[in-house]
Parts: sequence; structure tokens; C-alpha cells
Amino acid sequence: MSREVFERQHEAQWTALDLSLARLEGRQAARSVPADLPELYRQVCHHLALVRHRRYGADLELRLNRLVLRGHQQIYQGQIQQGQSGGFAGIADFARRGFPRLVRSEKRLVGLSALLFAGPLLLMTVFVPHHPEVAFSVLPPSTVEQMGQQFSPGGSLEAGRPVDSDVLMFGYYINNNIGIAFRTFATGILGGVGSIFFLVYNGLVIGTVTGYIREMGFAPQFFPFAIGHGAFELTAIVLSGAAGLRLGLALLSPGPVSRGRALQQAGRISIRILYGAAGMLVVAAFLEAFWSPLPQPAAAKYGIGAVLWVSVLFYLTLGGRQRGS
Amino acid sequence: MLDTYRPVETPEGVEIGLRVAGPVPRLYAALLDLGLRMVLYVLLLIPAGRFGHTGVGLFLVALFLVEWFYNVVFEVKRGGATPGKRQMGLVVLHRDGTPVGWTASVIRNLVRFADFLPYAYGFGLAAMLVDRDFRRLGDLAAGTVVVHREPVALGARVPAAPPLRPPAPLSLDEQRAVIEFAERLGTWPAARSAELAALLGPLHSAAREDGGEGVQRLVGMANWLLGRR
Repeated sequence: MSREVFERQHEAQWTALDLSLARLEGRQAARSVPADLPELYRQVCHHLALVRHRRYGADLELRLNRLVLRGHQQIYQGQIQQGQSGGFAGIADFARRGFPRLVRSEKRLVGLSALLFAGPLLLMTVFVPHHPEVAFSVLPPSTVEQMGQQFSPGGSLEAGRPVDSDVLMFGYYINNNIGIAFRTFATGILGGVGSIFFLVYNGLVIGTVTGYIREMGFAPQFFPFAIGHGAFELTAIVLSGAAGLRLGLALLSPGPVSRGRALQQAGRISIRILYGAAGMLVVAAFLEAFWSPLPQPAAAKYGIGAVLWVSVLFYLTLGGRQRGS
Repeated sequence: MLDTYRPVETPEGVEIGLRVAGPVPRLYAALLDLGLRMVLYVLLLIPAGRFGHTGVGLFLVALFLVEWFYNVVFEVKRGGATPGKRQMGLVVLHRDGTPVGWTASVIRNLVRFADFLPYAYGFGLAAMLVDRDFRRLGDLAAGTVVVHREPVALGARVPAAPPLRPPAPLSLDEQRAVIEFAERLGTWPAARSAELAALLGPLHSAAREDGGEGVQRLVGMANWLLGRR
């Protein structure tokens, strides 16, 4: 069959497919797929194969290629995200069961991440009071001074701050803390090196500040402030580190699949850990901006803080378990 | 052009071609998007500045959302392209040619931070130069490619002429060569067309000096081969 006869025979089908696809792609997309679309699409697939085989010409091939690509996109869209229910119900289910299960399924990486973060943190907390000069080699002196001032008796924290600056601090915590979590995750793709760096570095910084505050004798102001939101914030940083390590591990030890495929699988798992961690950081930012600075008695702060820590740990270790398992 | 052509086999058993996009158009797209975000920040800062600390706090939340999710929202909700990519005719797809979804888009745009390291997309550029699909680290983790939206415009039509039966049966490749010669006629000077036609002397048996006549006969054969008879 010559090309132009072929074109005359099938032009009507191509136009019909083009129109159906244009309707599906439009802004007010008709979500109901026309009944004849799959049939039409398969026929045009067949035509494309014929056009290639018979070498009818590059322009016709391009035209049908484009039609088939558009049909392919309409018919197979969303295939990859199967198994993840969206919408509000999906999010609620993820928070209730999916997330703690996911964290437990990666418990070795979570443990490693916790070690990399909490190790330097505790080390500096204990060490800096004995050698306060070390604080200045970890952080610039201005930062150390500022931290000291904030928590000194009668400092900015105790004097209270205007309510509207709570919103300012909320924005700051969102931007800064979730940004840290995202960076810790993203740099995990460099064989895990980036995540390890951010975990250790943030552990060092937080530990140094804590140690320095202890040395200055401001602990009675600092710990009641930090304990509440710390339950969510410190845990979430550990989890985002674990998500990053998961990415890095896929490159270092891909298992029975290619590195590319292992990386994609790891990406789909770790991004869900990161979603959970980001949710926890939003909670932490709320607490840090609106609860932690309240002038409640230290005992109340410690009590609530302990409840929050226990809740977070119970949530992650027990959440979503089947009864009797 | 050939080495940026990526065939994807569909479940129907037919191949569709994607044309992957290299670093340069993607850099231009990123710069356009950067400019747009800067304009957006200025527009947000003007009202935010009037509400004191609350305004700045809300601005910081907006800054966070835009900085990390600008690309994601456009890629998923606006057909795989940010305004910059749309301007450059680029679109983000899954590696199998389907439109990019939330999961993949979030992954590729968070990992963008690692691509940006150590300076100005250093790692991302290195990954793109090594990978045959120009994928940066974020694309590798998400399983996505950035492709050109529109195929190259080819396909001038064969000019109409009285059909002429070739003197001997032609193979598929020979038929293609004659038709493509006729399709591209307008893109060469007449002298070059005549010169090319002279190579096919035995086919059209026009005198070598009379290049125009040879060209005419070849166009006639192309018409015959296309079925205009």
C-alpha cells in the first residue's frame, strides 16, 4: 500500500484520537475516558509500527509518534504511584499506621542515624563544660554569645517577647528546621556522605550550645524551654538522616538490582519517611514558637516534655502494630 | 539529534521516541524560574512588610514553601513544566514516558539540593554529562527524564507532479531515498539538487547536463511511489 492511500484510509481515526486526547488534556478535563479510546489508541499504535516498517516518511512517523505518546500518557498515567491512597484519608492512615511501620522497617538505619546525631550531641553536652574554649572552635563567638544571652536570667526569653514575634519565630523554625531535614535527606544521595555530615554537624552544634549553656549556669532556663519541642525536632532530624542514608545505601549496596533501579526504589521509600519527618517538624515548630517560650513553672514544662517524649517514642515503636503481634 | 533519541516501548509493543534535553536549555529554564521567584518574593514582601513580625513570619513560611515546592506544583499540576521549562519547550516525564506524579516530582526537586552542590549545580552537571539521558542526581533517584516537548519540525510535502512509474522495481530503501529527495527539494539550491539527481542517472536516464529534467523525473517517481496515480 502506498503512503497516501494509507493516509487517506486512516486519517479519520487519527483525527478522532487527536480530538479525544485534546479533550482529556484540556483544562476542564473530562475525567471519563471515551469508551473507544483504548481501541483507537491500539490501532494507532499499530499504524505507527506499520509506518516505521514501511518507511512512509519521517513526518508521518513523527506525527503518529506524538499521537501515541499522548495516548500512552493518558492511558497509563498514575501507574507508578499505585498502592498509595491519596487525599485526606490516605494522609490520616499514613500518620496513624503507615509512618511508624515504615520507620520500624528501617530500624537499623534509624539506629545508625540516631547514633551519628546523638553521639556528638551528648559528647559535646558533657565535654564543653569542662573545656568551654572548645565552644568557640565549633561556633562563631557571636552565635555563642547570643545563645548565652537568650537563656541568661532576665534574658530575652525570660523577659517574654511580644506575641507577634511568635509568628516570626514560627516562620523561622519552619524555614530553618525543615530545610535542615530536606538537606540532610537530599545529600544522602552522595553515597550517604552528605547525610552523615549533616547529622554529625548538627549534633555537634546543638551539643556545643547545650554544653555552653550548662557551663554558664543557664540550664534552669534552657532545658524547660527545649524539652517539649525537642521530642519532635530531634527525632525528626534523626529520621530525615535515616531517609538520606537509605538513598546512599542504594548506591553502595544495591542488592540484586541495578544501581539505578535500587536508587529509585530507595527514593520511593525514603521520601515517605521524609514526609513523616516533615510533619513532625511542623508540630515541633508550633511547639517551639507558641508553647516553649511560655513562662510556665519548670515542673510543668518538664512534665509535659516527658509526656511528649514518651508519646513520640511509643508512637514510633508501637503505632500501627496489629493486635497480638 | 540521533544520540538524544530515546525509544520507550509501550505495553502495546510499539516504540515511541522521546528526545531528552541537555544541560543548556535546562539551565536557561532554571534561570527563568529563578527570576520569576525573585519577582514573586518582592511582590510578597511589599504587603508582608506592613504587618511587622507577623508579616515577616508568614513571609518566611511562604519562602520555605515556594523555594522547595515551586517546581513540584508546576510539574504535577501544569503538565510537567514550570513556566521556565514551558518557555524552553521542556517537559518532565517518568522514564517510561508517562506524566510525572507527586512522588517522583518531590524526590527530584528535593534532591536538587545535592545537585546544586558544591557550587552552581556542580554535581548535577557532572551526573548529566555521564548519564546518556542527561539525568541529574534528582532525576536518577526519581526515575524521571526531561525531554523536549515538540519534535523537530520536519516533513515538507512532496511537490505535486505528474506521476512517473520507475523503470525498475525499487527496494524499500530506494523508495525512501527517492521520496526523501523530493521532500527536501526546497532546502537546497537548484544546482545542488541537479547534482544529486545526476547521481541517479541510470534511474531517470536524463542527460547529465540537463539536471533540471532529472530532478523533475525523480519528483514524478516520488509522486508515483506515494500513490498519486
